[in-house]
Amino acid sequence: MDLTVGPNAFFWPAETVRAFYAALADAPVARVVIGEWVCSKRLPFWQDEIPVAVDTLLGADKEVALSSLALITLRRERKLAADLVRVGLPVEINDLSALIHLEEGTPFWVGPMVNVYNEGTLRWLAARGATRVCLPPELPLTSVRVLAETGQGLGVAIEVWGHGRAPLAISGRCYHARLHGRAKDSCQFVCGDDPDGREVETMEGQPFLRVNGVQTLGHHTQTALPQLADLRAAGVSSLRISPQISDFPAICAHYDRALKGGSTAPPDLAGMDWANGFLAGRPGVDWAVTQN
Amino acid sequence: MPLTFPQAVRNLPAPPLFPLTFLLGRLMRRVAARHPAILTRLGPHAGARILIDAQEGPVLFLMEPAARRLTAHDRSHVPPHDACITGPMADFLSMLHGLEDGDTLFFSGRLTISGDTSAVLALRNALDDAELDLTEEIIATLAAGDAAARLMRWGLRRAGALAGVSLHRQPEDR
Amino acid sequence: MELVCPAGTPAALRAALEAGADAVYCGFADETNARNFPGLNFSRPELAAAIDLAHARGKKVLVAINTFPRAGAEPMWHRAIADAARFGADAIILADPGLLAHAADRHPDQRLHLSVQAAAANADAINLYAREFGVRRVVLPRVLSVEEIAAITPEISVETEAFVFGGLCVMAEGRCSLSSYATGQSPNMNGVCSPASHVAYDSAGGQQSARLGGYLIHQRPQGATMPYPTLCKGCFTSRGETGHIFEDPVSLDASRLVPALARAGVTALKIEGRQRSRAYVAEVVRAFRAVVAAIGSDTPPPAAALARLAEGQAATTGAYAKTWR
Repeated sequence: MDLTVGPNAFFWPAETVRAFYAALADAPVARVVIGEWVCSKRLPFWQDEIPVAVDTLLGADKEVALSSLALITLRRERKLAADLVRVGLPVEINDLSALIHLEEGTPFWVGPMVNVYNEGTLRWLAARGATRVCLPPELPLTSVRVLAETGQGLGVAIEVWGHGRAPLAISGRCYHARLHGRAKDSCQFVCGDDPDGREVETMEGQPFLRVNGVQTLGHHTQTALPQLADLRAAGVSSLRISPQISDFPAICAHYDRALKGGSTAPPDLAGMDWANGFLAGRPGVDWAVTQN
Repeated sequence: MPLTFPQAVRNLPAPPLFPLTFLLGRLMRRVAARHPAILTRLGPHAGARILIDAQEGPVLFLMEPAARRLTAHDRSHVPPHDACITGPMADFLSMLHGLEDGDTLFFSGRLTISGDTSAVLALRNALDDAELDLTEEIIATLAAGDAAARLMRWGLRRAGALAGVSLHRQPEDR
Repeated sequence: MELVCPAGTPAALRAALEAGADAVYCGFADETNARNFPGLNFSRPELAAAIDLAHARGKKVLVAINTFPRAGAEPMWHRAIADAARFGADAIILADPGLLAHAADRHPDQRLHLSVQAAAANADAINLYAREFGVRRVVLPRVLSVEEIAAITPEISVETEAFVFGGLCVMAEGRCSLSSYATGQSPNMNGVCSPASHVAYDSAGGQQSARLGGYLIHQRPQGATMPYPTLCKGCFTSRGETGHIFEDPVSLDASRLVPALARAGVTALKIEGRQRSRAYVAEVVRAFRAVVAAIGSDTPPPAAALARLAEGQAATTGAYAKTWR
């Protein structure tokens, strides 16, 4: 089992992105997916960093794939997806429509925003050329087991959401802009003010969700560490680690140590609330399994 | 000034509960026998005890579908229950007869519910599908002869119209 | 335009036909459909009878099998498709690619529609589902504006169906795990959003509250309007501001946009609400029958007095108007 760093969900300044991927070159991760998957309006501000990061990461012997957007509606977003497949790197599709640009049989990866819930869908994707699938974060371990086994038979590597705030929803509406009394078209990129998303609490003050532009994330950081032995036994080939603004190298190192037999407790970091309910078939926000 | 229906009811003394409960029990068994789909639809929720609180009424009703029981209770002795629906009697009857939508009544704040929300939803859906006609069920319960049935139909229709509540299905009025 | 109407029970299906539905959509009473609510939906014999009834009146029945099958339990969904096809369903509404592949392979003559739960939000996605599985109609996700729909229809060869009334998802449908985050049950896996089993209403001190999975979602004075506690229409706090940060408790009413949707090339209009009563179905279908009848005539469509049926008693045109975003 190894580690895959997913695409960054948040809107960071270009220099932050550059430093992030430069540091990742030295991190114990096998592969990195890079690209804007939340909002196409952000891309012009940091797209020049992508080739730089790709070169750095390939130079450090990482596998690298480019991510599509998670919700493609506009004409320029469709063109973006068509351009993506021509770059020559593997593409991770996070909206099924990107598939139409891929010639039948071209290998591709599938991200967690594509609904792979069962063997039939996995088989269809494999027949189309999928070689690597990160399962949706809400899937319970019972489903992961069946899909990992099916994936082994099909030669498709199965990844599970290993670390990070779970992407819970994507919308046509921008909630960051709405919180500032603006519409999406005049958002003034306010999501850039919150590099870890904007906190949303219940009326009783419990931290609950994070708003990140058109995306809604869970406040609690999901971690698959306590269920690591089960995932390994199921044949899961990789854990997905989702980028966050602080402590990321330390987080990668911690998960790497856990894969090599170290502690499966979550890393001891200030200000983080942990959850692992989804894998346990419980509410995602719950801390359901301490160890196995 | 004539009393409106709710006031008139509230001013009534609490009725002796035994005869009422006896009649309600017969009505419930009759409905269950004539409309077996209700219990099928309720499925695992058939065992729930659902309290119906028609706010202006002198008594509370407890419905226990699986036991085919409908009982009346004094307000001072609230029976144990799994869920409670509170609202005006006229709204309950309109809902039963397909004149009002339960969600609409609920969203507007006229009906409130507490306890086992699933059981309330299951009961609402099961009764909505059954297309009950309270007048016909009462007539069937009392096993009235043809002439008596016609008279009761007329009487209940008049009573309902005067009180402003729906006591029967009225597809012809819609 | 074809008027596609909801039915959660045989009684609602009869009410929809009576009120002027061209087609009625419904599902089996299990987790194969996305309105898997207590006491709702159709048994096998009920569905067979419903299809016969509709056909006798020259109307259609569309069967929604629009959840994503649970890994290891696909036969349950495959049986649902086989039964709906055998009973003569005019179309089966599917969302899961694996299930679409199965249906296209095993039931090649069966007409397939793409569910809104598949969230096919652009022409490429729609063309992909048409090419791969032969779907004949796509139910458009509620993230598109009328202008975007008008731009999509010339690029595709299949029919489109657009929601015009009822409950409104503000997130891309079929891609939302908010419900399972709070309750462990989701529309995709279990066919329920914010399941009633995890909803608790309470009254105290003149206030009524609604909780989902234990989390307080609404609090209102007794007797005020009370929405259903879905997270996307819930009340939350962010940096001291409290309010409906995703969407107010409103529902969709696009009755005034029907002529524009017709011009945009939309084939069918869909009314949401399989979980609602036969009274709701009758009233909404009758109102939209009149709206459709007025298309192309000089008389403006009759104002549908439907706001009182809406959640929160308030309506929006949602994503159809670009400013909604």
